[in-house]
This record gives sequence, C-alpha cells and structure tokens, in this order.
Amino acid sequence: MTSLQFSGVGVRYGQHDALNNFTDTVKPGEWLCLIGPNGAGKSSLLRSVAGLAKHSGEIRVDGSPLRMRSAKRRAQLVAYVPQSPVLPDDMTAREYVVLGRNPFISHFGTETKHDWAIVADVLKRLDLVDLAHRPVGTLSGGEKQRVVIARAIAQEAPILLLDEPTSALDIGHQQQALELVDQLRKEHGLTVVSAMHDLTLAGLYSDRLCLLHQGYRVVSGTAAEVLRQETLAEFYGVSARVHHAEDGTVVVIPYRQGSNGN
Amino acid sequence: MRRWWIPAAGALALISVLLGAMVGPAGPTWWRVPLALLDHLPLISIDSGVTSREWTIIWDIRMPRVVLASLVGSMLSLSGASYQGVFRNPLVDPYLLGVAAGAGLGATLVFTLNRSGSSTWIIDPLPLSAFAGGLLAVLVTYVVGTAFGGQKSASTLVLAGVAVTALATAVQTFVLQRHTDVVRQVYSWILGRLSSATWGDVRLVLPYVVISSAVLFMHRRLLDIMRVGDDEATALGASVNRVRIVVVIAATLGTSAVVAVSGLIGFVGIIVPHAVRLLAGASYRVIVPLSLLMGASFLIIADIPGRVLQNPSETPIGVVTAFLGAPFFLLLLRTKQGTR
Repeated sequence: MTSLQFSGVGVRYGQHDALNNFTDTVKPGEWLCLIGPNGAGKSSLLRSVAGLAKHSGEIRVDGSPLRMRSAKRRAQLVAYVPQSPVLPDDMTAREYVVLGRNPFISHFGTETKHDWAIVADVLKRLDLVDLAHRPVGTLSGGEKQRVVIARAIAQEAPILLLDEPTSALDIGHQQQALELVDQLRKEHGLTVVSAMHDLTLAGLYSDRLCLLHQGYRVVSGTAAEVLRQETLAEFYGVSARVHHAEDGTVVVIPYRQGSNGN
Repeated sequence: MRRWWIPAAGALALISVLLGAMVGPAGPTWWRVPLALLDHLPLISIDSGVTSREWTIIWDIRMPRVVLASLVGSMLSLSGASYQGVFRNPLVDPYLLGVAAGAGLGATLVFTLNRSGSSTWIIDPLPLSAFAGGLLAVLVTYVVGTAFGGQKSASTLVLAGVAVTALATAVQTFVLQRHTDVVRQVYSWILGRLSSATWGDVRLVLPYVVISSAVLFMHRRLLDIMRVGDDEATALGASVNRVRIVVVIAATLGTSAVVAVSGLIGFVGIIVPHAVRLLAGASYRVIVPLSLLMGASFLIIADIPGRVLQNPSETPIGVVTAFLGAPFFLLLLRTKQGTR
C-alpha cells in the first residue's frame, strides 16, 4: 500500500491562485474525500497529482517526489478519473479499458497477452463481460461510469483519484459506483482521493474528509468532525441540519429559511 | 469477425491491381493480362499470347499508373485517418486542412523556378518543396483554428483550413500569372493526374510513402489513446504533444510527396477512413492498416472510369474523386452536426 504526501502544494492559473499551500498526508489504504464549494481547489489538487496542473510545493508517493517521475511512471502510480471523462462513442468497452494499460507499453509497442488478460479480468470483476464489445456510446450512464472505473483499475496504480465520480448518476448508481470503489480499494489496497459534492455520501464512504475553501485547506477529520452545521453555513452558505444516525452515519439535510428549520 | 477485414482488404487490393492492369484503351485482350503478369513471375512460365509491344503497354504504361494510384490512395487515406485522430476531428483531411494547397504552392514554385534546371540534383526538390509548403499550411491552420475555436470546435479547424487553402491558392495563381510559360503544365497537374505516371514517379514517391506510412503505422495504438482527449491521455502517461507533432509531420510528408507527383486529388482522405470506420469499427488498430489497403483499392478503381470515359482523352482523377467525395462530405457534416 502506498502513501501520498502533500507539502505546501499550490496551483496557479495565470493570476489566479486555485490552491494555496496545501499540506496533508494520505495514509496507505486511506480514502480521503475532498469537499468544498465550487472553485475551492478540489479539482486543481487532483489534477496536480495526475500531472495535469503545474504546481509548487512537493507531492510525494511513498516518500519520493512525483515531479521527478516521467509521465509513464507517474501513470503507473496514479490513476485519474476526471469529472466528465471523454468516451469516444464508437469505441468498444474493451478497447476503452485497454487504454489503461498504456503506462506499461513502450511508445511503439503493442499490448501483450498479459495486458489483455488483465483487461479480461477487470471486465469480469466489474461485471462488464456482456458489454465488452458494445460501443461505449450505447451504454447507460451507470454502465459508462463502470467502464471508466474499469479503465482506471486496469492501470493497476496504487493511488486512485476520482473527481466527482458520481455527479452524473442517479442515487442507485451513485451507491453502486461507490460500493465498487470501496470494494476495489479493499481488494487491491488502493489509496483513494476523491472530490465529492454529496456530503452525506462523502462521509459515508471515505475514511476522512478534508474541507477546502477558496484554495485553502480549512479543516480535516471524520465526517462527524467536519460536517457541522456552523461549518457548512460558513463555507457553503447553506442552511442545513446535520443529523447523526445511531450507526454513526452523518446525514446532511438542507432546509429552507423560514420553514421548519431550527 | 474483425480479423477477416485485413485479409479481405488485401485481396480486394490485389484484385484492384489486376483490374487496373486489364482495363484501358489499346493493349491486349483483358483476360490475357493476368496470364502475362504470371508469366513474368520467376519460376512460372505460361504462354499468354501477349506480344512484346502489348507487354510494354501493360508494364510501362498501365502498371506504373496502377502502382502510383495505389501509393497515392494509401497515403491520402492514411494521412486523412491520422489527421482525424490527432486533431480529434472527423471532418479533416489533407485537403480540408490546407496541406494539399500548401504543398501545391510549394510544388508550383519549383515548376516556375524551372524544374529541368534541378534535374542534376541528387534529391528531387519537388517533394521537399511541397513538404515545406504543406507543413507551413497545416501549422497555420492548426494555430488559427484552435486559437479561435478551442480544441472542441470541429468546424473552426475546417474553416481555418478553407481560409489557408484560399490563401495558398491565391498566391499560387499570382505566381502563375507571372510565369505564364508553365501555366499549362501546372494546370494539368492541379487537376490531379495519374495518366502520365512512369516508374520514375513511383520511385520518386515510394521512399516518402514508406517512411511516412511506417511512422503512422507505429502510432496506431497511440492514436486510440489520443481519442480520450489531451488531459486523460496525459494522465495515462502518453506524450500527447510529441505524438501529435510526429504524426502531423509524418502525414504531411507523405501527403506532400504524393501531391507533388499526382496533383490535387481530393476527398480520398475523408471517404476511405470513414468507410473503414463504418465497416470495421473505430479503433485505429484496424483503421490504420485498413485505410492503407482500402485507399489503394479505392484510387485504382476510381481511376478506371477516367480511363474509359471520354476515350481517348481522359477525365482527370481529381474530378472523379471530387464527384464522389463532395456529397459524401456534406452527408458526414450533416450527421456529425446532428450528434453534437
């Protein structure tokens, strides 16, 4: 299992600081969920780990700096699922999933039997065998999300980054996708960093939440520690009650001002 | 199922070559041609009844033309497919990107500067000058097209290509006005000609086509990765910019070389790759080899009516492909806009 350390990480787009001085350590096998309103810097943080945003400071994987790695080596360590992945309509699910093997294939090489065996295995475990030869354009939203996760798993990277993995899904498929990620991380010992908008789901699945606001890290801790009514009001500007269920689940329930809010 | 496409396309290419060698004004009875070709293979001896004069027609007039058509067709199709891949734009081809017009301008300059004067050069300047023109054109198209429309806009890139084509053509016309002595020569070249093909033309383009095709062939897996967009391809460890630059240079080199000998033969690079996609799927592992084979067959066959119609004076091949290609492009534009 692999740890991920941030020390003083900043991301700047032109004159705008999207992320400032972010310091944190994601423990091996931990699921860290980044929360915060739009523009808080969640995506910038994930993109800096994936090598898509220039950053200051240092990101280390198991203690060694990521910036020293080649793009290929980085991709062997970090798999990234963007907020809205590009799925070429006419590519089959299997053709799409095998793209995840790129970090292990030389520039002009082709996939080996080993690569195809891994793809077959991933398709089987994610229940995609029947869809393997379907063009991804014909798949439903939930199926597409499974195919995208399958590509990331085929990458066999110890760190999995998910940017809003469930934002396009209905409540049932949200649960299925997150259960799948949780199951896979336990099987493979993955370290997961995700950005999520649904605070209840974020608290339900991750080990730790980290709240970002306007590029700054505000607070980090368990769902019960971070999801507090005053905190949400201050940083999201939302009127919401926080309900603690008996099993420890923290539920965030928005309410309308002037109605039955407390 | 899919594995049969490549042998099938290979067989089609072979049949097209035979067909191309059999049809034409003058020459021997058509069925004697395959026999004569077999007879000339080592270790095979068949009495084909073809006179040596007829054999000259087959070998020195028809075959160079068929071979040149297959090289030009392959190269234009493969370049078209590759441009569509790296620009993630189904509407581009060597012509719509301005590559052909740029290469045409480069070639025209060589004509006006008296081509015969360069005949003692070790390397013919015609393909090189065409390459310089083609590369410049595609760079301008890409920079202008993406600067105004962003990567996502398919039509801006095409519009930029149209503007670059217009500009290159205007400069070409201007140059020709001042060198009226070569107008005839250049004009018949612009229309696209395979009719005067010689083995010399084949030798001239062959190295460029081989190098360019080999490079593009080696990038077929990476072209699939490019389809998910620059960000995701980078996150998958691909060197997106390097792939794009190498593929564009290789495709432009091949296109320019074939433009330099065959003139402007339009729409091949858009018809063939899209037909391949419809038939055999959208993975570049299949599109690249199939475009190569089907492009050869397509242009050999498209060249046949030109030889038969208006016999003995010929319909230029560029007219035939434009006649087929323009409606095809409009159809494609319509369906692509509909899905956007």
